[in-house]
Amino acid sequence: MLTFTFRKIAVLVGTMLGLAALTFLITNVAPGDPARLVAGPDATNDMVETIRQEYGLDRPLYEQFAIYMGDLLTGDLGRSIVSTRPVVDELMRYVPATLELVLVAMVLGILVGVPFGMLSAVYKDRFLDQVTRIFSISGVALPAFWFGILLQLFFAVRLEWLPVSGRLPLTELPPEPITHLLLVDSLLRGQFETFWAALSHIILPAIVLSFPCLASILRVNRAEMIEVLQSDHIVAARAHGISSARIVTIYALKNALLPTLAMIGLRFGWMLGSTVLVETVFDWPGIGLYAVSSALASDFKPVVGVTLVIGFFFMITNTLVDLAYAWIDPRLRRA
Amino acid sequence: MSAELQSTAVHVPGFRERHASTIRQWRLYAHLFTSSFSSMLGLGLVLLFLILAVFGPMLAPYPEDTMGAVKLGQRLLPPSLEHPFGTDEMGADILSRVIVGARTSLWIGLVITGLGAGIGVPLGIIAGYKGGFIRAAIMRVTDLFLAVPGLALALAIVAALGPGITNCVIALAIVWWPGYVRLVEAKTLSIKEELHVEAARALGAKTPWILRKHILPNCMTPIVVKASMDMGMAILSAASLGFIGLGAKPPHPEWGAMISVARTYMPDWWWYSAFPGLAIFLTVLGFNLLGDGLRDILDPRSRGR
Repeated sequence: MLTFTFRKIAVLVGTMLGLAALTFLITNVAPGDPARLVAGPDATNDMVETIRQEYGLDRPLYEQFAIYMGDLLTGDLGRSIVSTRPVVDELMRYVPATLELVLVAMVLGILVGVPFGMLSAVYKDRFLDQVTRIFSISGVALPAFWFGILLQLFFAVRLEWLPVSGRLPLTELPPEPITHLLLVDSLLRGQFETFWAALSHIILPAIVLSFPCLASILRVNRAEMIEVLQSDHIVAARAHGISSARIVTIYALKNALLPTLAMIGLRFGWMLGSTVLVETVFDWPGIGLYAVSSALASDFKPVVGVTLVIGFFFMITNTLVDLAYAWIDPRLRRA
Repeated sequence: MSAELQSTAVHVPGFRERHASTIRQWRLYAHLFTSSFSSMLGLGLVLLFLILAVFGPMLAPYPEDTMGAVKLGQRLLPPSLEHPFGTDEMGADILSRVIVGARTSLWIGLVITGLGAGIGVPLGIIAGYKGGFIRAAIMRVTDLFLAVPGLALALAIVAALGPGITNCVIALAIVWWPGYVRLVEAKTLSIKEELHVEAARALGAKTPWILRKHILPNCMTPIVVKASMDMGMAILSAASLGFIGLGAKPPHPEWGAMISVARTYMPDWWWYSAFPGLAIFLTVLGFNLLGDGLRDILDPRSRGR
């Protein structure tokens, strides 16, 4: 297990370096002048020249690459043109909001996806199964940004149950940061009103973000449950007279959870990608919105920064899932 | 007696007889496909979408509205008999724009899926068949691209290339091919161990010939299924980039870009965002259901799941 862990970590580091190289490639192979890209669309020729020297863009490509990688290793992602602040500082500000949103969406996806996947396997081809089937197929096809707008129209504008967008009302002071997750911090500080405000803001974006993930968790869990429920040890358990509820929730679910776990890991990273859309719709102040507004302003460094952060979290979760898998099933350690 | 002999002597098997087993196979496929409601729904949605894409400009009630006509007298009218989907901020008929938008989406889907499969399938076959250093090199690069969620990477590429529908398609094609490499490589690995491939090799067949005649045909099932699903997902991704503001630009009729403009006219003009979104949803749903149905008939193991 230890060798396996080390090998996985080596692969993780290698892929991370590769991703850094890839972002360098994207910036430099793209047609057009990187200095002009950095300077923005309205810059004069003099400004472009100044930036070319300041950023070292007049040096040979391999030298630029070495500098770029060196900067990355020391945690320097460059500066945003719009705000002139270091990208790393801004990322630190936006990452917790995104993480909070993704975590709530993930919990929602698991809490709904796993039980309903289980139930539709038990009641295969019955009414409930048909409903969840339609639900899970349309969940993947639903454009997240459109679904978000529909929810806003219905729950925020028509019914006025929930706020339209944002993370907290402007009048509400955020709690003193401990974990930087508003839901957790407000509870830890005992500010229950802030907690409710934060919760009511996060519900709609979390539902939208969790929808495709919920659908695929449900489908995988259902398929696995159906297979497990037909296996010999379940038949044997039934013959022993163990109650049906116990068999399904304890004997079968445990075996079906492994592939579901892989799907959860995969979807976690995928959700980080979709935050780009969901945060735009709901004005959620996370890295997705940061990337989009920077991309629209031709501010390139923040976009690269966000891509690296999302890739980083994606790879970490994938590695963790692989490790969890190998820990549960020793045969995989040799692969 | 002699007549009987004669008839067997001159009997030439017709097309139906020569292809009896193939015809029976296709009949089974057709039966399985038509007896599944969701597959037929998918096929119906895809056909509707294709008809709109091909004949769109002829079917649209107000074709001039799709080219940026301005009719300020009828701005933001709610759905009515004259304008079933209402009108937008320029007074253009939204139904016409949604219909014509189908062609844009079809083009986007075909190019992205085509480029993705065109690059990914050959690389996957080579990686799976060759092994060794070549496989390691191809798969490392593939894993690298798969290490970032596609939409995030595409966003970065579009940001570097500059916004616009062509750049958006290029960016999505760049993030699309690795999926095919993964799929085809895994399939090739198992096929190349089979007896008919070994026999071909023993007879001295050249590698390109084996890849084309023995490996590729056996990989086709998963490729077709994936391509069908990818048509929908590619259209969805391009619409997403259009929504963000990095894809197609108005007045070009593209569904995602339409919703992007419509968002500024919320909440009072709900129809403006509702109908283009419905078009995206039904198109993607159609391709997904079709892909699902194809998998059910082409891959016997997935039946009854």
